[in-house]
Amino acid sequence: MPRKGILVDRPYERLTREQVELIHQASMQILTNPGLISFNREAVNILHSHGATVESVAGEHQSWQVKIPEQLVLEALDSAPKTVKLGARNPDNALIMHGDKPEVYLITGSETNIWLDVDFPTYVNKDDPSKEIRVPEFKPRRGTVDDLCQSAHVCEHLEMVDGYIRTVNIQDRDITEDNKDVNKFFASLNNNTKHFMSGLTSLEQLDNVVRMAEIIVGGKKALEDNPIISFITCLVKSPLQFVDDTTATFIEVCRRGLPIVVSSSPQAGTTAPIKEAGIMAQINAEVLAGITLGQLVKPGTPVLYGSVPVRARMDTLGDSYGSVETSQYNIDCVQMARFYKLPNYSTSGVCDSKIPGQQASIERLFSDIVVAMSGPQYLHCAFGLLDCNSVFCLLQAVLDDAHFKMIEFFLRQPRIDQPELEAMLKQIREVVATPQKLYISYIRPLLRSGEISGVYPFEGSGETDNVFELAYERMNELLAKPVEHIDRKITARIFEEIPGILPRLNIYETES
Amino acid sequence: MSKDIVATIKENVIQGRKTQEDVGIDESFTGTPGVVELVQQALESSISPQVIITEGLTAGMQVVGEKFATKEYFIPDMLASAEGVGAAMDILKPILESSNVETKGKFAIATVKGDIHDIGKNIVAILLKGAGYEVNDLGTDVPAEKIIDVVKRDKPDFLGLSALLTTTMLEMGEIIKALEENSMRDKVKVLIGGAAVSDAFAQEIGADVYCVDGFAAVKALEAFETATT
Repeated sequence: MPRKGILVDRPYERLTREQVELIHQASMQILTNPGLISFNREAVNILHSHGATVESVAGEHQSWQVKIPEQLVLEALDSAPKTVKLGARNPDNALIMHGDKPEVYLITGSETNIWLDVDFPTYVNKDDPSKEIRVPEFKPRRGTVDDLCQSAHVCEHLEMVDGYIRTVNIQDRDITEDNKDVNKFFASLNNNTKHFMSGLTSLEQLDNVVRMAEIIVGGKKALEDNPIISFITCLVKSPLQFVDDTTATFIEVCRRGLPIVVSSSPQAGTTAPIKEAGIMAQINAEVLAGITLGQLVKPGTPVLYGSVPVRARMDTLGDSYGSVETSQYNIDCVQMARFYKLPNYSTSGVCDSKIPGQQASIERLFSDIVVAMSGPQYLHCAFGLLDCNSVFCLLQAVLDDAHFKMIEFFLRQPRIDQPELEAMLKQIREVVATPQKLYISYIRPLLRSGEISGVYPFEGSGETDNVFELAYERMNELLAKPVEHIDRKITARIFEEIPGILPRLNIYETES
Repeated sequence: MSKDIVATIKENVIQGRKTQEDVGIDESFTGTPGVVELVQQALESSISPQVIITEGLTAGMQVVGEKFATKEYFIPDMLASAEGVGAAMDILKPILESSNVETKGKFAIATVKGDIHDIGKNIVAILLKGAGYEVNDLGTDVPAEKIIDVVKRDKPDFLGLSALLTTTMLEMGEIIKALEENSMRDKVKVLIGGAAVSDAFAQEIGADVYCVDGFAAVKALEAFETATT
């Protein structure tokens, strides 16, 4: 049985049907005028051979102007699967996503450079030394492969995490461009039995990571049936450009038939128009161009409509994931994907705040709630991510898990039907006839049934705020829980057949 | 056999099952006799009320209190258990009176004049009854004169006053003044509670103790009891 997502029965929609169609038409117009600039020759050849108009562009880097006719896009939308399965080492963790069904899965990510450690030093009041408080201090440092193992381990045990995108970029001294992919895949897969999605650092490593996955599941056919890994590629650089290396990776992943996210991340104000109609028309055109290319490479390639739109900060022109408009764009993209009946990869929870705290909670919860309400299938809700895409904090991921539990509860459908109302009328009449007029005794049958939401799990006692300390305790509890590692025999085979994995990641060797 | 009934009474107090119709936390209790039926059985088996109270009811409530402290139990659980104990005490009261066994004390409780809010007051009444006190609930919007009359007539050991509103809480001070004017202030401990009041307010009007909730009331009474023994 695959995992159950959060089914949003009546998803929140910002756009009318007419507005969705207008965006679609505008995107089609963009794809023919101005079209896209491709820096990847193979993509140009593929598109050209199927009827796209191609023209060489003068400049330092070789590139081509590609104009994609509407018919080609529509055919690609037809051939793209409307249901996509993302498998998992533990088959019970598989995710099955239907493009027309707003069932939300919650996913970690993304690949940050900085890992935030937490400590709780004690401070003494100068005026009254008998008064002490413990204050969380956050210390940033470069992420390592050990951090990635820890993160995958904790995310295995976070109840609300449905799938794992590695949260931290591994920057150990012995990690190179050549061995980064095999190590990040192995560290993640060995510590987490949920679906694993990743970008690829080096195209040369694609076959090694695919082979690793085949060894784990039992062969090529087994991987087709249970694709425990999938890929995300930002083949489009906004505005409207196919990047050479990521497009090459995208094409090769499609050839292998593995699930892939066609992702675009325009920034409203700099790489896309600041106005909603403009960024929506452009991002939709960019994603449709990627989907078209993928379906031409291999019809039926499972793709997710990937959207990571963001608004620019006006003070720095950097990303502002905490801005309200960012959530609006993401909700619009969910609607566009649903219009095409394709599963959607959407983004929430990424915040501008640099450390956990009030700003982080407010920014994250705001976008997590509203974007989840729109019903994306694959919600990259960025457990633990801070400072846009730069920092990961495991403590924050633990907090996010608790917050998503509240959101999950909130999105449950109301039970209001005739039998329920009749039972309630009976209850009201009974209680009103009693001297105390209290309904409390009716609570008890529901208390432990899951029908009543729990108290905030990190609530302090009295007037103290112990949220961080309690979440930290929880984090350590989760780290102490065992995870189901890849077994000894398969691990040995992986180390035998896949070059470049760090020996210290072989838990069986380090144990002995 | 008698020990079995008393132990089962304790278990049913912990389960919060007043009668056999009530559901407990453990489904295996469903349909079995609750506290009321078991207390009647115990009396028919000639088990003394003191044993029923100390080894059954109080011992059960002790466990419930511990479970509440560790957050395994919630207030509805406490109230269900307290209601069971309260119903048992109603059965045992005539027997205790005829054998001159004293209850833990008399407690009169009221929401003061001008205020009709009674959720907190009702919860306190249930909990105190469950804790073994003889509770006289005077209701809501109770004028000072009526409260003075009850204190004169029934001589309660404790008087609980409740008010939700900042306007009606002032009535509590008036009642305490009236107790003083009638030379009864030292005869009764006054406990106050409600959203509007505080520890500082209790001190200001001369109340004996402010109780933030029903459990604080139970603890306050236990503290009075300890202080006098």
